[in-house]
Amino acid sequence: MNEYLSLFIKAVFVENLALAFFLGMCTFLAVSKKISTAIGLGIAVMVVQVITVPVNNLVYHTLLKEDALSWLGITGVDLSFLVLLSCIGMIAALVQILEMILDKFFPALFHALGVFLPLITVNCAILGGSLFMIERDYDFTQSVVYGVGSGFGWALAITVMAGVREKLKYSDIPKGLEGLGITFISAGLMSLGFMAFSGIQL
Amino acid sequence: MSDTINTKKILTDPLVNNNPITLQVLGICSALAVTSQMSTSLIMAVALTAVTACSSAAISSIRNHIPGSIRIIVQMTIIASLVIVVDQVLKAFAYEISKQLSVFVGLIITNCIVMGRAEAFAMKNPPMASFIDGVGNGAGYSLILIIVAFFRELFGSGKLLGIEIFPLTKDGGWYEPNGLMLLPPSAFFIIGILIWTFRQWKPEQNEKADFKIMDISHGEGGHH
Repeated sequence: MNEYLSLFIKAVFVENLALAFFLGMCTFLAVSKKISTAIGLGIAVMVVQVITVPVNNLVYHTLLKEDALSWLGITGVDLSFLVLLSCIGMIAALVQILEMILDKFFPALFHALGVFLPLITVNCAILGGSLFMIERDYDFTQSVVYGVGSGFGWALAITVMAGVREKLKYSDIPKGLEGLGITFISAGLMSLGFMAFSGIQL
Repeated sequence: MSDTINTKKILTDPLVNNNPITLQVLGICSALAVTSQMSTSLIMAVALTAVTACSSAAISSIRNHIPGSIRIIVQMTIIASLVIVVDQVLKAFAYEISKQLSVFVGLIITNCIVMGRAEAFAMKNPPMASFIDGVGNGAGYSLILIIVAFFRELFGSGKLLGIEIFPLTKDGGWYEPNGLMLLPPSAFFIIGILIWTFRQWKPEQNEKADFKIMDISHGEGGHH
């Protein structure tokens, strides 16, 4: 249990996808102007992350890994070079399915999250989460925990960023630094804050 | 003649005037993550330029046969296949660097520059022009990457491409390395300052940006 808790804390704070690995930056900068939209997108990323990381884990371990096909009686096959293609295909398909399910059974939720779902297919945080999971060789349970943690970490980061930017509009910023420039610098300061967690050993 | 001018414009425009990172805000993720060393950023720059150019050319050559409703998936597949090629080549010939780049080679797939150029340029233009546009945007990305990596490696570890420039104090030299430069936040600061510099130099980028952010900093103030 302890191991999973530490993995979760690490994924949320120490190895925050947005602020320590810069994943999903394009969306992070583009959609963080208002807290409410930021929270919506954050939740959508979290949901997709929780589903895609474990599913990609299953696909990798049962189909693509070296000798993974031995349960079919085929040995000596290494399909791991297909990881990139299968991950992105899986993500695109799952997002599509999720969209349909939400539309059919949870229309209210669909209206809240619907606009963000197409954005998520091309969000590097999602693909990055799956690739990190494969690189670090997580087993299934770990991948579930990592999916929850990394999604939550990203949602937390974008919500905080939106809060900062909502306040920023009242400040007098030098010309030329306005908009994108100051956003980068405040993201840097936030990332500096998150660095404080990096010494924590769990 | 007008053709050559056009080609030149397609090629050089993305360097400063329409830079994918500082102006179009595309492809920032990897720009920040791999820049703590010159060598990794050079490889990343070459890889991204190759993928963007080839995918733009490939997508453009079949642009009339792609049905609109599934174009994103078609583009994704082409891009992902090219990235797999790049990934395998790196693993074969530059294993150490491919280990350092870790997942970021794979993340070229979701790099918005590649998708953005495919969607905005390659779907409407012939293959040759798309190829050049891909090279140009790749070069614009590379330029920022190399500038950021230059500062981070020089001030963070006193080296450039692994060659010592400032002798460090721990080796008996005079330079005390700035550890912050090797950490993620410094990349944000350097890009922020770069954007500032670019906008001082090309004030017309300023106007556009001002207009774009009107909804955030919309002026009850107007105190400039």
